[in-house]
Amino acid sequence: MRYVDEFRDSAAAARLVERIHRRPLVPVNLMEVCGTHTVAIFRHGIRQLLPDHVTLVSGPGCPVCVTANRDVDWAIALAHQPRTILATFGDMMKVPGSTSSLARARAEGCDVRVVYSTLDALAIARANPDRRVVFFGIGFETTAPTVACSILEAEQNGLDNYFVYSVHKVMPPPMKALVDAEEIRIDGFICPGHVSAIIGSEPYRFLAADYGIPCVIAGFEPLDVLQAVDMLLAMRAEGRAGVEIQYSRVVRPEGNPLAREQMYRVFQPSDAEWRGLGNIPGSGLEIREEYAHFDARRAFDIDPGPTREHAGCRCGEVLRGVVEPPQCPLYGRVCTPENPVGPCMVSSEGTCSTWFQFAGVE
Amino acid sequence: MSKERVLLAHGSGGKLSEELIRRVFVPAFGNPALNRMDDSAVLDGYRMAASSGAPQLIESAILARGPAGARPSVGRLALTTDCHVVKPLFFDGGDIGRLAVCGTVNDLAMVGATPLYLAAGFVLEEGLPMETLERVVASMRAAAEEAGVQIAAGDTKVVEQGKADGLFITTTGVGIVPEGIDLSGSNARPGDVVLLSGPIGDHGIAVLSRREGLEFGVPVASDVAPLNHLVAVLLEASPGLRAMRDPTRGGLATTLNELAAQSRVAIQVEEGRVPVRASVRAACEMLGYDPLYVANEGKLVAIVPPDEAERALAALRGTRYGEGAEMIGSVLPGPPGRVLMRTRIGGTRVVQMLMGEMLPRIC
Amino acid sequence: MCLAVPARITSIEGKRATVDMAGVVREASIMMLPDAKIGDYVIIHAGYAIERLDEDEALRTIELFKQMEALGPENRP
Repeated sequence: MRYVDEFRDSAAAARLVERIHRRPLVPVNLMEVCGTHTVAIFRHGIRQLLPDHVTLVSGPGCPVCVTANRDVDWAIALAHQPRTILATFGDMMKVPGSTSSLARARAEGCDVRVVYSTLDALAIARANPDRRVVFFGIGFETTAPTVACSILEAEQNGLDNYFVYSVHKVMPPPMKALVDAEEIRIDGFICPGHVSAIIGSEPYRFLAADYGIPCVIAGFEPLDVLQAVDMLLAMRAEGRAGVEIQYSRVVRPEGNPLAREQMYRVFQPSDAEWRGLGNIPGSGLEIREEYAHFDARRAFDIDPGPTREHAGCRCGEVLRGVVEPPQCPLYGRVCTPENPVGPCMVSSEGTCSTWFQFAGVE
Repeated sequence: MSKERVLLAHGSGGKLSEELIRRVFVPAFGNPALNRMDDSAVLDGYRMAASSGAPQLIESAILARGPAGARPSVGRLALTTDCHVVKPLFFDGGDIGRLAVCGTVNDLAMVGATPLYLAAGFVLEEGLPMETLERVVASMRAAAEEAGVQIAAGDTKVVEQGKADGLFITTTGVGIVPEGIDLSGSNARPGDVVLLSGPIGDHGIAVLSRREGLEFGVPVASDVAPLNHLVAVLLEASPGLRAMRDPTRGGLATTLNELAAQSRVAIQVEEGRVPVRASVRAACEMLGYDPLYVANEGKLVAIVPPDEAERALAALRGTRYGEGAEMIGSVLPGPPGRVLMRTRIGGTRVVQMLMGEMLPRIC
Repeated sequence: MCLAVPARITSIEGKRATVDMAGVVREASIMMLPDAKIGDYVIIHAGYAIERLDEDEALRTIELFKQMEALGPENRP
C-alpha cells in the first residue's frame, strides 16, 4: 500500500528504536489520546521495543469509550421512538448503557442501522420520507465536520426528516483536565493525527507553554509512532517544550480551515460529560440555533430513565491512564470481548479490548 | 426447465419431487449408487471384515471410479458433516455448491482420509429460480469431479418463501484413513515447523465484498478448492506430519490457537512470513479486519517435524493450490495454548482466538 | 476508526469523488476539500476526504528515515 508500507519498514524501525534507547535514561510517561494510536501501538508490538524507562500511557482517546452512560441511554430511548430509525457507527451497537444497548434494542424490534458514514444516514432519510432518521453523532474533530457537512447538505436539499443527536467532543480540553488532575505525571503527549489534520497544531500550544509538556502530532504507522516518541524524548533531553508535527505529510500547522469553519457553522461549544472525567466545560459540540430543526435533542422529548453505572467497572480510571486494564479486577475474568462490562472492552479501539486482543491476559 | 421456479410441491415427495431429482440431480451427480434411487446408497468398493482386533474396511475387487490416485486398501472410516448457509450464493471464485463439496472433502483430507463419497441435503426456498439450482448443482458436480468423489445420496426439502435465503446445503462425507496415518491436533511438539499453504483472507473478503458492494480494481476471488490431492503430496513428502487443519471460520488465528491448546504448546509466527494478497490486505485495512481472522476455504496449516520442513514446503509449492506456501513459524514449549506473533518491526503481540462474530454467514 | 490508508482520487463529480484505496474502489465526499484534484492522495474518514496527503512531504519523510543514522556509542548526544 502506497504511503503505508514505507512507514512500516523494519530497518528504519530498528534504527529509530536504537535512537530511542540512546536517549537519556530518565523515566518518562508519554500519553496518547487517540484510539487508533492505542491500536497501532499494540498491534505492532511497540511497547516491547521501547526501553523500560519509557512508558506509553493510553488516555481518553476513544470516542466510544468516553460517551457517558446517560448519552447511550438517550440514544437507546431514541431508537424506541415510533416511526424512528436510529443510524449509528457500528462500534456503538454493543456499548452497554444503564440497562440495555442499541444491539438489544434492535433485537427487540427497534429500527437501528449501522452506517459507515453520515452519507449513508442521509440516504436512509431520503429513502424513508415518512420516518424520522436520527444519526447518533459520536466522535471528535475528525468526525464532527463530516456530521456538520451532512446537516449542511440536508439543509440544502430540504431534507426535513434527518436529525443528529450530538455527543461530539473536542480534544484539547480533556488533555488539560488530565494534567490539572495530577493523578499521573504526563511528560509528553502523542497527539492525534487526524484530529490535528482538522484543528492544526495551535490548540496544543498551551500545554507546552503553560505546563511545559512537549507535544508531537503523530501519524498511525509504526515508524510514525516511533519517530514521535523520539521527538518527544529529544525535546525533553534538550529541556524544551514545544508542539511539533511528525505527521507532516497530512497535518499542516493551520489544519483544515474550511472543515473547521463548516464544523463551527453548524456546532457551537458546549459542556460535555466524559466517562471517567466528568463534566468538562466547553469540551462538547451542540447544534446551533440556526440548525435547531436538525437537533434531535430539541425535536424529541425523551426521558431515558435514571442513569446507572456498572458496578466494579474501572473504565473511568483506565481512560484517565491511572489504571492499566490488567489492574481492573473484572478484566479478562468477568469482562471479556465476548461479555463486556464497560465500553473500554466493547470498542474496537478501547484500551481494554486492545490489551486483550494483542497482549492477552497476563 | 430453466425458466421455472422451485415450488413447495417439489419437496413433497411426490411426482414433482421425483421429477426434480431425475431432471436436475441425477444428470449432474449420476453414479451407480445414486442412480438406483434406493433409500440408502449401498457403496460398492469396500467391505467390512473382522481380523484380529476391530473390524476394518477392506477394498473389494470393484474399485470406485475417479481421477484420484490409488485408493487405500485397508484403513479406518472417517465421517464428517457440514451445513452451508453462505450469503450471497454466488461470489467471485465460487458459490455455495463448490463450497459445500470442497468444505467436506477438506474436512476428510485434514485427518489424512482419502475422501470417497458425499451425501448432500438441500433445503430450497419456494420461488428459487430453477436456473440457480442448476448452476449450483453443476458447480457441485465439477468440484466433485475435481476432488474425485461421488455424490452418492441426497435429499431435498422445500420451505415457504422467506424461510431459506435461496438455499441451504448440508453435506456429509465419508473417507478412509490409510493404516499408519494418525494425524491429530494434539501431536505438535516443540521444535516443529508451521507451514501455511498460501495467502490468507481471500474467501472471507470475496464473500464480504460481494455482500457489502465493495469494489476492487482487481476483484478478490474466493480460494475455495478441494485440497485432497495437495494433502496426498504432503503426506508423501512428510511421513512424520503431525497435524493439518484448514483455517475456515475464525481464520488462521483461531486454527493456530486450537492447535496450540490441543497440543499444549505455544506457537510463534512471523508476521512478515504470513502471505496476504495486497488487495485483501487493503480491504481488511479499510474494513478494520485483521486478515488473521478472515475465513479461508482452500488453505491448510501443517505442522511438520523440523527435519522434514524444507521437503514438505517444496512439495506443497509444486502443487495446484499450494504455490504460495510459506514457513510461517514454529512450535515452542510454552506457555501452553499461547500463540504469539513477531511483528514486522520486531515487536511482539499475542494472537487471540476470534471473539464473537466477525463475518456472519461466510460459509 | 481513523483509516490511515491514503486514497487516490480517480474521478470527481461535483462534491463526490471516486477513490482508489490500495485497490479498493470507494466513493467519498470532498465537501471539506473542494480544491482536490484527480490524482491527489487524500485521507478518508467516515466517507469524507478530510485532508490531502502531501506527496512531496511524504517522500521527504521516507528519505529521512533512510538517511537517519542510529546514534551509536561514538555519537551519543
